[in-house]
Amino acid sequence: MDAQPTYNDTVVRQFTIMTVVWGIVGMLVGVIIAAQMIWPALNFETAWLTFGRLRPLHTNAVIFAFGGSVLFAASYYIVQRTCQAPLFGGPLIAFTFWGWQLVIVLAAITLPLGLTSSKEYAELEWPIDILITLVWVSYAIVFFGTIVKRRQKHIYVANWFFGAYIITIAVLHIGNSAALPVSMTKSYSAYPGAIDAMVQWWYGHNAVGFFLTAAFLGIMYYVIPKQAGRPVFSYRLSVVHFWALVSIYMWAGPHHLLYTSLPNWTQSIGMVFSLILLAPSWGGMINGIMTLSGAWHKLRTDPVLRFLIVSLSFYGMSTFEGPMMSVKTVNALSHYTDWTIGHVHSGALGWVGLITIGTVYALLPRLFGKPQMYSNKLVEVHFWMATIGVVLYIASMWIAGIMQGLMWRAVNDDGTLTYSFVQSLEAMYPFYTVRLLGGVLYLSGMFVMAYNVWKTVAGVKPSPVPVPQAA
Amino acid sequence: MSDGLSWYIAIVTTINILAMVWLIWWSAKGTYEQSGDDTGHVWDEDLKENNNPLPRWWLWLFYGTIIFAFIYFALYGGLGKIQGALGWSQEKQWEEEVAEAKEKYGPIFAHYASMDLEALAQDPGGREIGQRLYLNNCAVCHGSDARGARGFPNLADDAWLYGSEPQNVKTSILNGRQGMMPAGLVTGEGVDQVVAYVLSLSGRDSGASEKELARGKAKYAACAGCHGAEGKGNTALGAPDLTDGVWLYGGSPGAIRKSIVEGRNGVMPAFQDTLGEDKVHVVTGYILGLSRK
Repeated sequence: MDAQPTYNDTVVRQFTIMTVVWGIVGMLVGVIIAAQMIWPALNFETAWLTFGRLRPLHTNAVIFAFGGSVLFAASYYIVQRTCQAPLFGGPLIAFTFWGWQLVIVLAAITLPLGLTSSKEYAELEWPIDILITLVWVSYAIVFFGTIVKRRQKHIYVANWFFGAYIITIAVLHIGNSAALPVSMTKSYSAYPGAIDAMVQWWYGHNAVGFFLTAAFLGIMYYVIPKQAGRPVFSYRLSVVHFWALVSIYMWAGPHHLLYTSLPNWTQSIGMVFSLILLAPSWGGMINGIMTLSGAWHKLRTDPVLRFLIVSLSFYGMSTFEGPMMSVKTVNALSHYTDWTIGHVHSGALGWVGLITIGTVYALLPRLFGKPQMYSNKLVEVHFWMATIGVVLYIASMWIAGIMQGLMWRAVNDDGTLTYSFVQSLEAMYPFYTVRLLGGVLYLSGMFVMAYNVWKTVAGVKPSPVPVPQAA
Repeated sequence: MSDGLSWYIAIVTTINILAMVWLIWWSAKGTYEQSGDDTGHVWDEDLKENNNPLPRWWLWLFYGTIIFAFIYFALYGGLGKIQGALGWSQEKQWEEEVAEAKEKYGPIFAHYASMDLEALAQDPGGREIGQRLYLNNCAVCHGSDARGARGFPNLADDAWLYGSEPQNVKTSILNGRQGMMPAGLVTGEGVDQVVAYVLSLSGRDSGASEKELARGKAKYAACAGCHGAEGKGNTALGAPDLTDGVWLYGGSPGAIRKSIVEGRNGVMPAFQDTLGEDKVHVVTGYILGLSRK
């Protein structure tokens, strides 16, 4: 007689714990470079501690280590539950965990050493790019193999989003990282000039669109209805906004290159598609928030749900702000200022960060066979630290960015610029300080989380969860 | 862009947008008429889906952005080579803005450009404008106070690498300069001897013996071609005066040694194309005024 099959939750537990670890590492580096903006001496005249080297480490750590880990964890958890099948792929499953951790460690070594392809969010050099490709293809085999083995006729909406993200990231990564190696640590992009810039932002914007948006919407579509105990608001809304989102996002990259040497038609298409992207983006927010209708009272008692709903609010805000900033006349003011930094963090800390934290709090007790987190009070404390942290961060960067934009374009009666660059930098100090404060608060919240996670899981020997056999 | 590529872009773009129109029209119709209908699917024990209709305001928002898209393409272009009705391009926008600025501000600068540089250096109005130009174009290397930094000359003192005549300074700004100190003209033990001798030119004692200094002086012959037999430099070449106590790359024995062994390269970029001659004239006046009190 066959033993009853069980879900593979080991890899989910590993990725979930690493989400917390890499979150702290990535945000700590962010806090350090935010402090360097106020006190440049904090680089201690040491090459590998300079802003230029730590900044890509920060972005890679928070996006691919923190964000990536929770995506692996949640997609593996959700695809098994909604397909009613254990993960497919045998040794490939463990390879995706250890391979991804190796990528992160290699990034943490090579980026401070100054080894970079100089492509934003794709700085890693070619040998690491190949490792990423291997891990990603394994991920695709595990994920789609599990879908094929499913015992449920219908594929749950969360899995559409995960599937789109896994395929697209493979295409983007391979396309953008194409390069001619000259040594183990140095390569040159396969594309020339403006084409290289366009390929880079085709990648860069869709990394935001598929890694940080579509995939996290996949998480949202499982965790919110589960946590709220309510059905998803509208199936057909999910169909429309899924197809609209994945087809429109692909075109939006040129808005990173407005008023540059990119041809006019490319810029115009990028701007127009970014505006059309507003409604499809909001479709996900509507579906998430409306799922809660009839259960709003749960927000009062469930801090985990609060993380999830507030994250959707920040998602709605950023996806409104993004299209607006893509309008050429707005972009002429906002581009190259700290407004962009604020926008990115409203998405990163507000949307991705909060939903990640909420998801870890929702999944962790189930993964370790506990009824709930060690302390709901601490989850609540974390919620307020994180929310206030984000608000301080983005409010200060909005003011700073708009101020920079206005100072840079102000002219005197004789047509000369009113302010020198240094004067606009001097005006930033108060806002950089508030930003640092917001960042420190957000990071401190992560330490509260780490303590709560530790107390929840320490000494627990989780027993395997059997796959229900009845269809 | 070839015609084929242009049509390809226009068609693919239009198809994708029209596909969105079809998508929302189709799903707004849908097969589920009743609000709150359940799709009947259940996952993971209790995960269900309702099938509420698409919110009206959201549908109109979607349609609105699509209508905007076609209006924008019609007015501003974007579908391959097809021009917009307004004939807009970023190059044209830039040219128009530059032309407007030239017309508006040109006379102000033309007025100052007709002044003699030494007079301009003392003119409060000209100096004020010159300082603004300086802060936005020169300060990044020479410093907000124009006192320079290592490798970037101090503009507020009396030492001028390329000569103190107003026209020399203006030429530096208009055309830029390439300062080049070759590496390895002196080697081995000669380096320390020449360092000692060079220090002695500005009256500094390196602690070297008379004999060493004499050897240094002999080996200095390799340097004299540019810096002159007496070390007074040569403004035609931009070779620094070694006797005046001003050190572009630092005056410590170590820094001088490094200059001799490794050489130095300095670049002053040309501003003729970016600022134009009139503005260069005004900023030259400001810079001259800094050292001509």
